[in-house]
Amino acid sequence: MPEYTLKLRRYSPESGEAAYWEEFTADLDGHRSVLDGILQVRDREDGSIGIRCSCRAAICGSCGVSINGRAGLACHMHLDEAQKRADQNGGTITVEPMGNMPVLKDLIVDMDAVHWKKVQRVTPWLIPDGEPPEREYIVPKESMVDVTQTMACIQCGACVSHCLSMEVDPLFIGPAALAKAYRFVGDPRDGQHFERLKDLSEDPHGIYDCTHCFNCIEACPKGVAPMSQIMRLRRIAGSDHAIDDRNNGHRHENAFVKNIERNGLLHEADLLPDSYGGKFHPRAVPELLASLPVALKGLQRGKITPKKALLHGHKADQGVKDIFKRIHSLEDRYELNLYVTGKDEEQSGAKDNDDIVEGGQAHGTPSSSSEERSPNSV
Amino acid sequence: MPAHDVLIIGAGLAGQRAALAAAGAGASVAIMSKVHPVRSHSNAAAGGINAALNVDDSWESHAFDTVKGSDYLGDQDAIEIMCREAPAEVLWLEHQGVTFHRNDEGKLGTRAFGGASAARTYYVADITGQALLHVLYEQLMKNYETVDRYEEWFVTAVVQDDAGEACGVIARNVRDGAMELFAAKSVILASGGAGQAFKPTTNALICTGDGIAQAYRIGAPLMDMEMIQYHPTTLAGNGILITEGARGEGAHLYNAQGERFMEKYAPNKLELASRDVVSRSEQTEINEGRGFPDGTVALDITKVPRKRTLEALREIVNIGRDFAGVDITREPIHIKPGCHYIMGGVKTDVWGETSIGGLYAAGEVACVSVHGGNRLGANSLLDTLIFGRRAGEHAARRAEGMSMPTPSESSLADEQAMIGAIVRRERGVGRRVSEIKDELGEMMNEKVAVFRDQAGLTEAHDIIHRLKDESRSAYIDDQGTIFNQDVLGAIELGYMLDCAEAIVMGALERKESRGAQFRLDFPKRNDDEWLKHINVSANGGDEPKISYSEVTMTQWEPQERTY
Repeated sequence: MPEYTLKLRRYSPESGEAAYWEEFTADLDGHRSVLDGILQVRDREDGSIGIRCSCRAAICGSCGVSINGRAGLACHMHLDEAQKRADQNGGTITVEPMGNMPVLKDLIVDMDAVHWKKVQRVTPWLIPDGEPPEREYIVPKESMVDVTQTMACIQCGACVSHCLSMEVDPLFIGPAALAKAYRFVGDPRDGQHFERLKDLSEDPHGIYDCTHCFNCIEACPKGVAPMSQIMRLRRIAGSDHAIDDRNNGHRHENAFVKNIERNGLLHEADLLPDSYGGKFHPRAVPELLASLPVALKGLQRGKITPKKALLHGHKADQGVKDIFKRIHSLEDRYELNLYVTGKDEEQSGAKDNDDIVEGGQAHGTPSSSSEERSPNSV
Repeated sequence: MPAHDVLIIGAGLAGQRAALAAAGAGASVAIMSKVHPVRSHSNAAAGGINAALNVDDSWESHAFDTVKGSDYLGDQDAIEIMCREAPAEVLWLEHQGVTFHRNDEGKLGTRAFGGASAARTYYVADITGQALLHVLYEQLMKNYETVDRYEEWFVTAVVQDDAGEACGVIARNVRDGAMELFAAKSVILASGGAGQAFKPTTNALICTGDGIAQAYRIGAPLMDMEMIQYHPTTLAGNGILITEGARGEGAHLYNAQGERFMEKYAPNKLELASRDVVSRSEQTEINEGRGFPDGTVALDITKVPRKRTLEALREIVNIGRDFAGVDITREPIHIKPGCHYIMGGVKTDVWGETSIGGLYAAGEVACVSVHGGNRLGANSLLDTLIFGRRAGEHAARRAEGMSMPTPSESSLADEQAMIGAIVRRERGVGRRVSEIKDELGEMMNEKVAVFRDQAGLTEAHDIIHRLKDESRSAYIDDQGTIFNQDVLGAIELGYMLDCAEAIVMGALERKESRGAQFRLDFPKRNDDEWLKHINVSANGGDEPKISYSEVTMTQWEPQERTY
């Protein structure tokens, strides 16, 4: 049986000592999980190792940890794969508690203090209009398949652990809770779509607080793709409900898209005024004034030159124009969905991902996000 | 001390449903669980929930399938209630927000399941249990003002008043180790099964028979405990479950010689015969040398169209890839029968009342008995919800006009002393708790599995007695109070040993083959002598007592059972 060294982050709040690393050895087949390894050393050597765990099959969401610096489920990472990754970086498999949440003991974090509070924030229950029908609500088949992607969330907190926005703004509602919000906004039975979207758009820590870093998509062991759900919330808020949020999030996104459509490459000097309705828009003036110190600093350090700022040499080429043309010509917004991906008759050698991108995607959701997401392929 | 009209132990589907029902009936309610509610094992129920909701289906048909599936050991009055109330329950769930699969008309759609004469299983892909559990938790979050939640509290004992009625519990806050006494007019046990007494098992690590043992220890009889369901499709080694939904969608079983062996054992229903039948067939193939060298047979899901598999069986695509290294859309996966569910449990009536006043049980912890000798797939979710709700409603009614009991503080001191004694046990003198647990599990899986006999069961009985002795000095490492999971493991071991003893005693007593109990030495069903429930009750320090109770028959006389 191969041996694996597991370097665990230990912390006992009762000891009064700081957190420390401790190494253990597990002998198990490489296809067994890191959790199996931890449970083996806990059973054999040290019963005081703290880790939440239950199902061992990536369903219950208990064993969220950070392995070799990446958040995920301990039951969902094979020992041999963890070792392979560790080899690229020091050689020992390290397991530590998830980030962005306070540590209670060893690998156990306080999910109530962060994760569940944020979930509670999005009014996480269905609010239908009026009395329920005598039988079931009749809804399009696709809509139920669609929200099933967010129902697949097991609330493990891996995305929360890796959220860069939350690191900067601890009040950010965050990927898991916003994915939960989509579960209601995408559900035709819910009667509060506009109210929910308005609320999440206007909240400065809401849907426009995400910075598209993709970390949550990478961390999610269930293919929920929280960032994609956040982007869908934005599209539905801005495009379908015309919610003009006070954070200027929607206008900023539009300005971005138009800027690229025009220039092919981002013309940053235009972006800010465009986000506020153009250089001469009354709302843009105070914003431009407020950004002057930053601009001056940029000028001083040579990061901005008057030439670059005023004359953007680049114009969108035909390739960029074609992409925009194709997107504008689509009748429906194409939404990525985890549960409908493959075809009955697949093309030989084609990867599943090819099926997803067929038809084009209106927005920048990575096609590789959910399909083929294995614990070991991130 | 905290006091509630209705205190529910366990926050899986049965517990959460009971909480919502009791709160809806106006009671002050608290729900307590040793893990966060969404970590509960109801998550693992993948395939769906049965209900005769289609206009061309009938509750009688569902009930008959259930009776037949139970090998006529199920109580037909309880089965009738469950099947009659199933359609309304599924609609209630739909109205709460469960994202059930729809057909092309946008109405609820079904899939086929084992042992059923119609496609009446409603589902959310293959995460039905998870979807239900999370939606009910949404409702608990919504009702936070009427349902108090004690998340990560571990119950060590149910407390009785002088008259022997349940009047509260003693629990340990896992987070800080504080022990507290809770008063309650009624206590509902909804803490699940005891699958961890077997190794491997599909059951989660938390399924350690807590509620079954807690009720048993204060005198409630356990019923049908010998009836342990071995699920036909689990992964060798780690016991991870492959949903019956796979066969429901059209997957086939093959032995190592490429024969579709179910043609031999169940020529009509084939792979969709009852679970006990399919598991025995597989085990026979394996025992007679027609399995693969790793002691398995093959489940071939490539028969199911790939798009359908990706849409409706997504979770097992992931499980195959992550836990067996197999792409189930392209190749067969090796599986074997594995411990999955306990049909038996704390004996209750159709309102979840146990023989102890004020103590209810619902879900896998209970035995109503709707599953009898063998549970049909997709009837377990239904059982948890129907009888969880009924227990919640009944307990709330019971609380009306009753004054709050004041349980004695002395029981709290006893439990504190019990835990202190475990923590102080000398290390290295006895065995490790984990060692005893492993031996128990492996032994049960060898001697109390698909095929049983007198010799093996007697040996099992003796071993359990030895392990019980050893557990009294078994030591742990963690001396702390914050998240001391080690000491909880020692208490859980005691629960599992009590359950294992009752299971083996029931299996020894039942000298026939019925449902999940197959005795090599008594290979036939014997209705004349054994068409009755076996109850096991604690008897102080002595050997537990065996008694019998009648099987309730309403409209279905026992017949020969073929699929």
